[in-house]
Amino acid sequence: MGALYRRDVILALRAGGGALVGLLFFLCVVATVPFGVGPDLALLARIGPAIVWIAVLLSTLIGLDRLFRAERDDGSLDLLKMQDEPLVLIVLVKCLAHWTAYVLPLIILSPVMGLLMNVGPAGLGAAFITLLVGSPAITFIGAAGAAIAVSLPRGGLLVPILILPLAIPVLIFGVGASYAATSEIEAFLPPFLILVALTLFFAVVGPLAASLALRQGDD
Amino acid sequence: MKPKTGMIAGLANPTRFLTLVGRVLPFMIAITLVLFAVGLFLSFTSEADYQQGNTVRIMYIHVPAAWLSMMCYMVMAAAALGTLVWRHPLADVAHKAAAPIGAAFTFLALLTGSLWGKPMWGAWWVWDARLTSVFILFLMYLGIIALNRAVDEPQRAARLSAILILVGVINIPIIKFSVDWWNTLHQPASVIRLDGPTIDPVFLWPLAAMALAYTFAFFTMHLAAMRNEIYRRRVAAMRRVAASRAEEAARPQPREQE
Repeated sequence: MGALYRRDVILALRAGGGALVGLLFFLCVVATVPFGVGPDLALLARIGPAIVWIAVLLSTLIGLDRLFRAERDDGSLDLLKMQDEPLVLIVLVKCLAHWTAYVLPLIILSPVMGLLMNVGPAGLGAAFITLLVGSPAITFIGAAGAAIAVSLPRGGLLVPILILPLAIPVLIFGVGASYAATSEIEAFLPPFLILVALTLFFAVVGPLAASLALRQGDD
Repeated sequence: MKPKTGMIAGLANPTRFLTLVGRVLPFMIAITLVLFAVGLFLSFTSEADYQQGNTVRIMYIHVPAAWLSMMCYMVMAAAALGTLVWRHPLADVAHKAAAPIGAAFTFLALLTGSLWGKPMWGAWWVWDARLTSVFILFLMYLGIIALNRAVDEPQRAARLSAILILVGVINIPIIKFSVDWWNTLHQPASVIRLDGPTIDPVFLWPLAAMALAYTFAFFTMHLAAMRNEIYRRRVAAMRRVAASRAEEAARPQPREQE
């Protein structure tokens, strides 16, 4: 399991620059917003955390296609299915590796992006913490979508379409908690705890559905 | 000796199912039409609300559509379980046929809600919890339809979309209780409550009639769509057989010409 985790992280970081593409996409999304809504610093400061959240969500969804694709293409997916360890655990480890390689860099970069958006320190911290806690949920539930789409010849764009509706609650509570941290009226803890609950819930449901889909996908 | 089979297991034979549908469907259509006639008559003749005026009648179209959008998803979830657990061949057909119907009901609910929202709330669309979660349901229906179309093999498509359907079931309780959990613009539940309906009987009767009509309409359309799907698969299978026969027949000919 540890070896699988190390292998997946190293593969993502070195081979073909897959993780780098996600990072660049993240930069592009964040940089596009000021052009779209205008360079009003007060407005950007207000919507900054939300923009960073949406950018992370989109970049994660874009990268999910790589979760099982390469393994299926070179046949090692069948080897993984034949391991003694339960497939659910293998999928869970792969999700964690994917999250480390593709999503964690985005989160580390998110305060810098927030600074570009003129977000205050409280907002920066809140966005960082909520992303750290909430983004694994997107990866876990995305694994189910990636597993469903992996056996399709043209499944690439299908993953975001299938997963986005299910990831919207994560976005709602992540952004909600970030907003609450910067305003005096709302409490930070309730949405944050729901976010934690969502991550734990999807940590169970996501790999379970993904392993089921991997087994059902091809005969 | 013929083995004893239960009601559901007996229907696994598509021909038996088709005979049953052929017998039941005319009655279902008749009942649906009568119920719609009664429901629409009650809807148009009942009193207007003292506050909302005639726009209250939108409710008779809107509320049953919203209920059916959720019920259709639960029917699909049950069928998805049937696909994954018992490998029932009709379950595949059931949830594939239900998805477009559910999408249509959800769209109707969103559309009529929007038409009611403009005069009542002053906006076509508000991002409140109920509206957002129903919109997510609509997106999920479309995603399931897209997945079904993306896979060529019907059996594999059924199994993959069954997994997606079951993962998406989480959204149904969110929709149901969104108006109770979050304090939003959409009114809380007033008909299906533990302490009985709080809605006035003047409005309850047309609503109940319309809900019954919608339910029958759903099952009628669902059975008809399932029958179409079975026929479609038979046609596809026949075409495959015909194509392979034609290929075999065509193969020796070029050699003879050489």
